[in-house]
Amino acid sequence: MNVTRGFTGRPRVNNTGLPPGQYDAGDDWPVLSAEVTPDLSPADWTFRVDGLVEQPHTWDWDEAHALPASAYEGDIHCVTSWSKFGVRFAGVSLDAFLAVARPHGSATHAVAYSHTGYTTNLPLADLTGGQAWIVWEYDGKPLPAEHGGPARLLVPHLYFWKSAKWVAGLTLLDHDEPGFWEQNGYHARGNPWEEQRYSGD
Amino acid sequence: MTEALSSPAFAPVTRFAVPGRIAVSNRTAAVWQTATLTEVRRETPYVSTFRFAVPAWQGHLPGQHLMLRLTAEDGYTAQRHYSIASPPEDSGHIELTLDHVEGGEVSGWFHTVAEPGDQVEVRGPLSGFFAWPGDRPALLVGAGSGVVPLMSMVRHHRARGLSVPLRLLVSARGPEELIYARELGAETTPVFTRSAPDGVPVGRMSTAHVAPLLADQPEGGWEAYVCGSNAFAEHASRLLVEAGQPVDRIRIERFG
Ligand SMILES: Cc1cc2nc3c(=O)[nH]c(=O)nc-3n(C[C@H](O)[C@H](O)[C@H](O)COP(=O)(O)OP(=O)(O)OC[C@H]3O[C@@H](n4cnc5c(N)ncnc54)[C@H](O)[C@@H]3O)c2cc1C
Repeated sequence: MNVTRGFTGRPRVNNTGLPPGQYDAGDDWPVLSAEVTPDLSPADWTFRVDGLVEQPHTWDWDEAHALPASAYEGDIHCVTSWSKFGVRFAGVSLDAFLAVARPHGSATHAVAYSHTGYTTNLPLADLTGGQAWIVWEYDGKPLPAEHGGPARLLVPHLYFWKSAKWVAGLTLLDHDEPGFWEQNGYHARGNPWEEQRYSGD
Repeated sequence: MTEALSSPAFAPVTRFAVPGRIAVSNRTAAVWQTATLTEVRRETPYVSTFRFAVPAWQGHLPGQHLMLRLTAEDGYTAQRHYSIASPPEDSGHIELTLDHVEGGEVSGWFHTVAEPGDQVEVRGPLSGFFAWPGDRPALLVGAGSGVVPLMSMVRHHRARGLSVPLRLLVSARGPEELIYARELGAETTPVFTRSAPDGVPVGRMSTAHVAPLLADQPEGGWEAYVCGSNAFAEHASRLLVEAGQPVDRIRIERFG
């Protein structure tokens, strides 16, 4: 251990909800995105699932909202080292979209992409079984544009760069393909509990 | 170190994808290295530059950042991202420029405790997205400590005597809060939001600052690099888009 002279850190409670290397951002919700926030209205938003599926499908805003509602209440963790406890998002479970598209048995991974062109890769196993959502509400209000509104992907058990803002679709693949940050040195999976921040971690 | 990035693996059918500039080495990004503080230079009343010896530093490109870690006696660690202020030419050394954030855990330690000889840990360089290899005309737009990665670009441009066009538009509250004021030259237009020298207008960055630069496009157009707080990044990137800069030629680094 490399102790830093005179560094005590902020007074802390033993917080088991915090993955290694993270701090509690409290009420703050920092914004981190590399692109210009798009001017995307609900009327312009669509979400598509294609690639290795039986039935590629595109939902518009109303069609997506007609799927069974599903909410997430829990924590989120950003690779820049802040975490946020007890946040509430509402939308639809990704399982509901995948049930319509019906992934082939050969599908193992997905690339999620945004209306901005941002991409991020995920193992399919991280997107199914009630672990991922398309969300349009934060804390009971429409999701703000700078946080990915009108709708973003939410995969809260992975670092938040996986939760693509302004999500436009998922393409299912039979192999892993690095997305935007992954090509820029970030980890392929991004599990905060294993501190998978950068490729090589 | 860093290498040229081949075409992106997956191209979505959407509009404005911005490709990364360089690929980042897995190995250097994963390894924590000890950095020894060798010098502290005051830049403004709230901002200082911290110079470190990092003998095994593999080099970086202007615009990249690193992860810095402090460890308390009981094993508690705090880690934060900091942009690299120094140019790649400064081999074996790196400089960081930190704002003293009120109540800040890490910046507070730097501004009130740190002195030459102290050691911290760093890993990086990270992210090949905001990097500028010095190849394309660059329009740099920053505010507050957002000027830090942009200054690495300006210094690189000078150290190499590059002729590729480079312009810096930087916003500060007043002249005494303008970081690197002594070093800024003809490439720089400062914008003062609260107080300014006689004859210089006071106000937010506006179309009036951006439009002339976009009207005067170099061959191949500008690659824009925007850095600062989220509020500034939103404001400045909107100004650029409104003035005609293509969204797929704007890179943004937000400090949170
Ligand atoms: C890519 C990137 C590059 C960056 N580059 C730079 C750079 O070049 N220079 C620079 O100065 N910064 C930079 N930053 C910002 C930097 O990472 C830190 O966020 C900043 O230094 C503040 O960290 P801190 O530990 O001092 O403050 P923190 O302790 O994180 O506090 C931040 C704010 O939250 C408040 N706060 C948080 N938790 C608590 C709590 N429990 N109790 C009370 N108050 C609290 C603090 O009062 C303060 O206002 C960069 C960020 C990113 C993402």
